[in-house]
Amino acid sequence: MIRLLALLLFMPAAHAQLSIEITGAGAQRIPIAIVPFAGENTLPPGVGSIVRADLERSGLFRGLELPPLTPEPTEATNINYAEWRARLADALLVGSVQQRPDGRFEVRFRLHDVVKQQPLGGIAYTLNKDQARATAHRISDFVYEKLTGEKGVFSTRIAYVVKRGNRYELQIADYDGANAETALASFEPIISPVWSPDGKRLAYVSFENKKPVVYIHSLSDGRRHVVANFKGSNSAPAWTPDGNRLAVVLSREGGSQLFMINADGSGVRRLASSTAIDTEPRFSPDGQSIYFTSDRGGTPQIYRMPASGGEPQRVTFEGSYNVSPRISPDGKTLAYITRNDAKFQVALLDLSTRQVQILTDSDRDESPSFSPNGRMILLATVIGERGVLSAVSADGRVKQRLSTAAGDVREPAWGPFIE
Amino acid sequence: MRAMFCVLSAASLLLLSCATEEQKPAAQAPVEGKPAAQPVQTPAVKPVEAPKKAAASPFAALKDPNNILSKRSIYFDFDKFDVKAEYRPLVEAHAKFLRENPSAKMLIQGNADERGSREYNVGLGQRRSDAVKKVLTLLGAREEQIESVSLGEEKPSCSEHSEDCWAKNRRDDMLYSGEY
Repeated sequence: MIRLLALLLFMPAAHAQLSIEITGAGAQRIPIAIVPFAGENTLPPGVGSIVRADLERSGLFRGLELPPLTPEPTEATNINYAEWRARLADALLVGSVQQRPDGRFEVRFRLHDVVKQQPLGGIAYTLNKDQARATAHRISDFVYEKLTGEKGVFSTRIAYVVKRGNRYELQIADYDGANAETALASFEPIISPVWSPDGKRLAYVSFENKKPVVYIHSLSDGRRHVVANFKGSNSAPAWTPDGNRLAVVLSREGGSQLFMINADGSGVRRLASSTAIDTEPRFSPDGQSIYFTSDRGGTPQIYRMPASGGEPQRVTFEGSYNVSPRISPDGKTLAYITRNDAKFQVALLDLSTRQVQILTDSDRDESPSFSPNGRMILLATVIGERGVLSAVSADGRVKQRLSTAAGDVREPAWGPFIE
Repeated sequence: MRAMFCVLSAASLLLLSCATEEQKPAAQAPVEGKPAAQPVQTPAVKPVEAPKKAAASPFAALKDPNNILSKRSIYFDFDKFDVKAEYRPLVEAHAKFLRENPSAKMLIQGNADERGSREYNVGLGQRRSDAVKKVLTLLGAREEQIESVSLGEEKPSCSEHSEDCWAKNRRDDMLYSGEY
């Protein structure tokens, strides 16, 4: 993989900051000229530079190097498309930042299709100083969607667990690792965080009671409640697409078995019955099916069953260890972890053609998680004895790594689109 | 069945001798410990601490390094969940302890080595703790006394990435209430 650039994002809250490194990119990247926004130095960090970093990180764009331009073009400038074509730009982003008398800021931008020689639209935002980064991500989403036809994920967030010594922190950060905040700190392990469909809550498994217990944690107010704390182990939560219920794995009736439970912890009922380990349930996006891991056939493999219950069908056949199923947002592909010899890697199964592709070249991959637009898969792996997060595009071409010098990072979960 | 009863009665004798005295390992309890421990004490002191001692008394045997009950870990082969013959006496001793101390509660924490999915490893650890719970209940412990849970790969006792280490992590730990 070609190393394109190494970006280090320094944030004010420097504790356990994740840094991101791009280790591979798409074969065909759209050349885009992102002119520094006029006046953007009044609103650090610079909006234009964040947009550029976002777009390049996606692996689908290449930001062009630009000479100093006088006068600086802005969203109000009449664009000479021939001039930008000569700079080999397919697209052009211009904009401005202005401080208003009330101390707030106004950010405006306009995106141009240089090839078709036409503006693609623009937006004006009014914001507080601390919203510069979020605003830049919104602009990136706009540009990305206009030029690729799919929704951008630059405004989404991720959850993951950092382990430092005996301390575990469940953290929430922007998709690029910036603005990390700790939702839960514990001296016992935390695993399997999953976002509620509305992005406001996380379900996870905490071992703070010396055994696995499933909690739901509301991020805005830090309130948490026990969803499943039955005798035995309680683990592997998965939200239904409507966010009202969860599939969980309980051992209260012996073994590790699938159950449904309401988000308030009421109404527990058994979903399936086997003498095997049944675990890692995930709902298909339409809520009709549940994918899960089971060793009922002798080795752990992925199965699918109707969400209402019924006979499971085996989904994976190649190899003797296929676990951690994650269905893509469009329901068409399945990412999972497969073992090849002693290597644990992310595989992607096309559910209609049955073709399997290994996406990673690391060897201790865990916990894959689709970006909400389905283009990227976030995962945990180990590099140099340190737990890091890595992201790979669904076509295997784009690769990124997020790591922190402060400890092991694991158990990533990519949050949903936020309205 | 016959073998089981044998050990059972032996263990109950052992417990009786322990229970009357504060603690002391079964082997030394009868003569050696007693005179040295309480030379001139008046019996009036005892009742004051009775509640605590009543609770501590059976647990003393559990902590006595010379008593098999102080051993709490059971190790498993790779991808295996059966309790190996070498751990049979240990499990039998704990079954007897639970039988004779109906108020005693046990938490069995099953563990797995670090390879593979964390949640599937929770399942593997559960299978191991369920296996020991099953043997304990077959040997007369009551189901309500025992909770079998799994810590998956999350609490390794050995953190290197080698088979030696992994073997130490494929393990059940038996804990009594007050110990967790």
